[in-house]
Formats: sequence, structure tokens, C-alpha cells
Amino acid sequence: MIRFVLTRLGLVIPTFLGIILLTFILIRLVPGDPVEVRVGERGISPERHAELIHQMGLDRPLYVQFFDYVGGVLKGDLGISVITHRPVMDEFLTLFPATVELAIFAMIFATLIGLPAGVLAAVRRGSVYDHTVMGTSLTGYSMPIFWWGLLLILFFSVKLGWTPVAKRLGDDYFVDEVTGFMLIDTLLSDEKGSFLDAVKHLILPTIVLGTVPLAVIARMTRSAMLEVLGEDYIRTARAKGLGIYRIVAIHALRNALVPVVTVIGLQVGTLMGGAILTESVFSWPGIGKWLVESIGRRDYPALQGGVLVIAALVMATNLAVDLLYGLLNPRIRHRR
Amino acid sequence: MKRRLLGAVAAAAIAFGFANAATAKTLVYCSEGSPENFNPQVNTTGTSFDTAYPVFNRLVEFKPGTTEIMPALAESWDVSDDGLTYTFHLRKGVRFHTRGSFTPTRDFDADDVIATFNRMWKADDPYSKVSGGAYDYFNDMGMPDLLKSIDKVDANTVKFTLTKPESPFIANLGMDFAAIHSKEYMDAMMKAGTPEKVDQEPIGTGPFIWANYAKDDRIIYNANVNYFRGKQPIDRLVFSITPDQATREARLEAGECDIIPYPNPADIAKLKANPELQVLEQEGLNVGYLAMNVKKPPFDNVKVRQALNMAIDKDAILAAVYQGAGKAAKNPIPPTIWSYDDSVQAYPYDPEKAKAMLAEAGVTDLKTDLWYMPVQRPYNPDAKKMAELMQADLAKVGITAELKTFEWGEYRKRLQAGEHQLGMLGWTGDNGDPDNFMGVLLSCGSAREGGQNIAKWCNEDFTKLIDEAKSTSDVEKRTALYKQAQAIFHDQAPWVPIAHSLVTMPMSKKVVGYKVHPLGTHIFEGVDIQE
Repeated sequence: MIRFVLTRLGLVIPTFLGIILLTFILIRLVPGDPVEVRVGERGISPERHAELIHQMGLDRPLYVQFFDYVGGVLKGDLGISVITHRPVMDEFLTLFPATVELAIFAMIFATLIGLPAGVLAAVRRGSVYDHTVMGTSLTGYSMPIFWWGLLLILFFSVKLGWTPVAKRLGDDYFVDEVTGFMLIDTLLSDEKGSFLDAVKHLILPTIVLGTVPLAVIARMTRSAMLEVLGEDYIRTARAKGLGIYRIVAIHALRNALVPVVTVIGLQVGTLMGGAILTESVFSWPGIGKWLVESIGRRDYPALQGGVLVIAALVMATNLAVDLLYGLLNPRIRHRR
Repeated sequence: MKRRLLGAVAAAAIAFGFANAATAKTLVYCSEGSPENFNPQVNTTGTSFDTAYPVFNRLVEFKPGTTEIMPALAESWDVSDDGLTYTFHLRKGVRFHTRGSFTPTRDFDADDVIATFNRMWKADDPYSKVSGGAYDYFNDMGMPDLLKSIDKVDANTVKFTLTKPESPFIANLGMDFAAIHSKEYMDAMMKAGTPEKVDQEPIGTGPFIWANYAKDDRIIYNANVNYFRGKQPIDRLVFSITPDQATREARLEAGECDIIPYPNPADIAKLKANPELQVLEQEGLNVGYLAMNVKKPPFDNVKVRQALNMAIDKDAILAAVYQGAGKAAKNPIPPTIWSYDDSVQAYPYDPEKAKAMLAEAGVTDLKTDLWYMPVQRPYNPDAKKMAELMQADLAKVGITAELKTFEWGEYRKRLQAGEHQLGMLGWTGDNGDPDNFMGVLLSCGSAREGGQNIAKWCNEDFTKLIDEAKSTSDVEKRTALYKQAQAIFHDQAPWVPIAHSLVTMPMSKKVVGYKVHPLGTHIFEGVDIQE
């Protein structure tokens, strides 16, 4: 088991370095620079342009900038945003709880609905219910997030007035930021009704962000369950006269969970991608929206830092999943 | 949803002197983006300017809804006969905001004015390098070359001495970058080792006191009860940051926002039809144009340039590209600027005549490039579509146009270098002065390589008029000169002026007293909500 863990850890380091290099180079391949994008029609004299670029340290050879950056990252310093002149890490930490809060709810939503839906579809294979679940999840999987979000807003928020259109909290509430997690902060504050308001604000973004993972989890659970349900030991269990619920809950589900857990883990990456769009539709002040704006402003340090931390988190989750996988399935941890 | 204020914030509100916090009037403006910071000296985007505007005052300001200058922190001013000295008499009894740990010990005075300008002007000022230290607007308006000295005559009098007479100078002082800061606050923050706080947690004299900024989420301001023009009708102003256009519109319709900027032109009819909403409209202080590079034949021939002016169907462009949110242009300045000459007769759309004029000029089978911007701009919502329409129009008069574009920064640089034959661009005014359009975009001085005059058109007579107008402060005389200049422009046709976009501000019918500012800033002074 220790060897398994070490091998997995060993793979993380080169991947991480690769990501630093890739983000570093890719953002610089985008035409324009932070000075150019802010001057608009009026343009800027080449001398002044050079001066500002020099101030940002962007006139040094690329490899110097790169090693300087890596050195900073190793010391935990992600640099200073060239737009707001604030440390990238501070900006990231300010916005990150909003993204995490949304992602957690989206994941709970996707798992709570996707898992039972997939199990039921497998158990009643070929039934109308099965076809409905599979059809719906395919639709959910192929849905453009932006369009889906706007559709829900226009129907539930604008037409019916059931949910707020956007943001994390109504503009009538003033809640002090303590943890950055709105549900916790509203509970801590003495603004009556703010907690309920925060919950309402979470509903639509959760559904929108959770839709794709939900579809994936439902489909994955169904196929894993089908495979397990066809195994000999299930037939034996049936032959022994065990009830269907007992068979499904105790014998089949646990074994089917192995691939499902992996898929849930992989969805963390999908969630981060989806968060960019979901946050834009719902004006959710999180990391996704921040990264998109950083590209537009050519804020190299912010973009590099943001991508880096997210990549690190996705890798950490995947690592955790791999390890969990080993726990769930002894064959994996004992191999080799 | 009911507007409520409870708990700690309500207590704070009472502390700020609200009569009854439970009924505090809040105006929610759903803004389009996050500010870089709250100091208009060091930032350049309209989004950032908007967020600083409620906090600050300038020596002079624009009359609401116009480009005319009115007194603000300066009660009055005298200009010397040679136009070189401007003496400002400052308003007495104006207090900077009290917020957090900062409480001003004295009223606003000449030291504040000098400290404000020194930061942008003097490289050895302790604040010069704070927050990136790029004072783009101060530099772009030519202030470093223009200023000779700024002197304190007494506590309430400041004298600006210029190196040459320049009448737009006074309008420059009404611009965002000239917002007056508190020297006391600057000193205190420098002493505390946190000078950047001046830019991030601003203190000004303005109608609203900056209270809080939750990054990318919202900015909260409270009304300044000691404001020198009187307390605002609303108690609280919230900028609720909502970058997505469709979301912004949905929030307005659902009643989450009271006012939104930049709606999608295609949705304006729908918003107007909503009985809960009103839509204010005004021509923006901008112009979108197609410049013909007069250094490249056959565009050195005025007949060809005039022919092109008749070949392009502006009405079709207004309908397809601006979707009604634009007004056809005939002059290089927008109609909201004083001295606009409405008597100029626009070239009619007449492809037959254009064809005949081209033939007369000996131009047949002309092949040209046609450059269009890769980005959406306030004066041109869809340059590519516009280019395609123009291409079709030009084909009708026998001109083959090849469409071309580059990355935005590159695009502008190449146009300024004069690489194109036909190039699309535009301009948004900075200070509402005609010189900011005609001088910047069409004078001989800016026709040099790398200059803003991308038609590379240098007309001595035109430039003489512009220069003369710039060196006198007599508005009537200036108006006459600019009108003559517009006639030359029309005659010589270095551009096909295309359109001035309309600024549309959809808002709840409950909002009263909002005026669309020609310079594009969204201003909430004097705005009220009727419940």
C-alpha cells in the first residue's frame, strides 16, 4: 500500500511542473499584453509601453521570468496581479469559498439524484423508467451550460419569480464576511432571513452546475450495476432467496461503487470547467469568473496562479480518489 | 423582495445619521464589471471610473447630462489674458469623508489639490509609484507638457501655470483622473505603510461614502450627510456586479436591479415594452468611422473619397449593425458636443453617382483592403458585420474590397502606422471638448506615423483653424472656428463618418432624476427612488 501511495505521489510532481510550464507559455501566446489591452483606441507610445512592461518585469527573457515564477511558487508566492496590484493568493482565497460552496452543492445534488437513478435504472433494465433516465441524462450531458442556465433563470426567476436571478445573496442583506461560505456567514449574522435567501440563491446554480455530473454519475452507476448484477455471486444470492433490496444494497452496490467513485472524483475537474460558465451566468463571484476576466485583461500572474491552484486541487482530488479506490478494491492495492 | 436593513449595518447607518434605518432607501445599480481599484488617477476603464465617481469631486465638473463645465470644488476661476494662468478659488467648508480609522482634522484646501496633481506629475512624489504608477489619462491629455507649475496662493486659492495657452485644459480638470484626494489621508496611509489603501479604500468629498467592496460581487456606498451640495435623496447605493448582459437584463426584469448599463441592442424593444421599466436614450460621445488613407492612391484623390461617402448605405448599417441604437454620422464630432454643425449636408447614398464620380476620377476595377476591428467597441457593436455590408456596397460601385483584421493591439498599431487603405476605427470622447475629436483625430500633428489620425490626412487650413480654436478660451469664437473646420472636413472627406451609437439605460420606473452623461460615466448624484 505504501508503495502504491508513493508511486502515485511520484507522478504528481512532473504533472504539476508540466502544468506550470503550459499555463506560463499558453497565456503568453495569446496576442496582446497587459499594457496593450488597457489603452484602447488612443494607443500608447512605444517608449511608454516599454516602460510599463519593464515595471511589470515582462521585458526579461522568458526563461528568467519562468524560473523566477517557479521559485516564487515553491515559496508559496503566486505573484501580484498586474491589474489590481494585489497578491494573487489573496484574490484567489477571497473568491475561492464561493466556488467551493457551489461545487459542493452541485456534487451533493448530482450524487443524491444520480446514484439512486442509476441503480434503479439498472435494476429495472429495459423498463420505461430505464429509458427515461438514460434519455434524460444524455440530454443533460449534452446541454450547453450557458443556455441551460439562462433558460432556468428566464422561467423560474423572471417568469415565475420563485428564485433569484443571480448572485449569492440579495442586495438588501448585508452580511459580514467571516468564512466566505455564504450559508455559514448568514447563519452567523443576525440579519433575519438572510440564510433562507442564500439557500434560494444556491438552487439554480446548483442545478446548472450539477447537471453534467448528475448525468455522468447516473449512466456510470447504471452500467457498473448491470455488470455486477450479472455476476455469479449475485445469482447465488438470488438463488439463496435473498430479497432484491438486500442484494442490491449490500452485495451489488458496494462492488459497483468502485468505478463510480472514480467518476465522481473525475467530475471535480468537470466542475471547475463548468464553474466558469455557471459563475458567469449567475454573476457568482468565484474563481471561474475571475479567471475569464483575467484572460481578457492579460493578467498573467492572476491567470497562472489561478490555474495552478485549481490544477493542484484537481490533482489532489484525483490522488485521493485513486487511494480510496485502492481501499475499496483490495486487488488494486495489492497488485505488483 | 422588501428592502431591509437590520443588525450591525443598520446600527452603522444610524451612526451615519440616517433618520430611520428601517426605511433606508437603497438604489441597486447592476454594473458590468469589477473595478481595478477606486482611484481614477491610476485606472483607465469606464467601469473603474464609475465606481470612484460617487466618492470624489473635481475642481470643476460637467453639468449633469451635458459637456458644459460648472464649478465644483473650485467655486470660481480666473484665466489670465495670455491664457497661461488659471487661478482657482476653492470652496470653503468642504469636509473629506470620515470612515474607518480615518477622520479628517481640517477642511479641504489647496494642499489637497497640489498633492493630488503631484502624485501624477512628479516622479519623486512618494505616491508616484503606488499601484503601478501609470497615470495614463493624465499623460494622454498632455498634462505633463502643459503644466509649468501649480502653486498655493493661500489656503483656498491655487494657481495653475501652463506652458502654452490651451483652452481644453479646463475641461480636462473635469475628467475622472482629476478627482481630488485628501492629502491628510494620503499622508496617514503612507505613514501606516499601506499607501495602496488610498486607491483601494477611497476617501473623497463626494456625495457617497465608500463603505465596502466584496470582490467581484458588490460595492456599497452610504450617502454623505455632510455633502456640500446637500445629502442625497437615497441613503445607500449598491453596485451589484453583473457582467453577463442577459443576466443583467433578467435581474432588472425580476426587480433585483434598479438600473442597468449596456443592454443588448436586440433586447431594447422588449425592455421598452415592459410596463415596469423605462429606457433612457441619448447619443453617446463617440463616432465610428471608416478612414481612407490619403497617402495611398487612389484615396489621395478627393473625388474618390467623396464617391465612397456616397457608395456606403449607412441606413442599412444602422439597421443591421446598431439595430436602431445608433444615429448616422455626418461630422467628425457627435451632436452632443457644443459647436456641432447641424447645417452640414450629409452625402446621400447614391451608388450611381458614386460610380460616375469614380469613372470621372479614372478609377476602374479598384481593389482595396478594408480593415475591421476584431473587437466590439462602444461606437461599433459589430465591425465584422459592418465590413461585410460595406464590402457589398463597394462591390456595387465596382470596388473589390478584401476584408482584413488583426489582434486588437496590433490592429490599432498598424492603422496608426498607415499600413491600410481603408480602415475602420472610432473614438469615444474624454472631456467633451471638440478638440478632443478634431485635434486628436484629424490634425496634421497626429497624421505622423504612429499618430491617431489614421486617414493620414493633413490639411493645413483645417489644422490652422483647430490650433487657433485651441488657443482661445472664448467659446463663441471657438464654436465658429470648429464649424469652419467641419465644413472643410466634409468637403475633403478623409473619412466616411458612420455612426454615433446611442447610449441606452434601462431602469425601473421608480427611478427618478437619472441623467445619461454624455461622457459615459454613470452618475447617481441626485437620483431618487420612488416607492
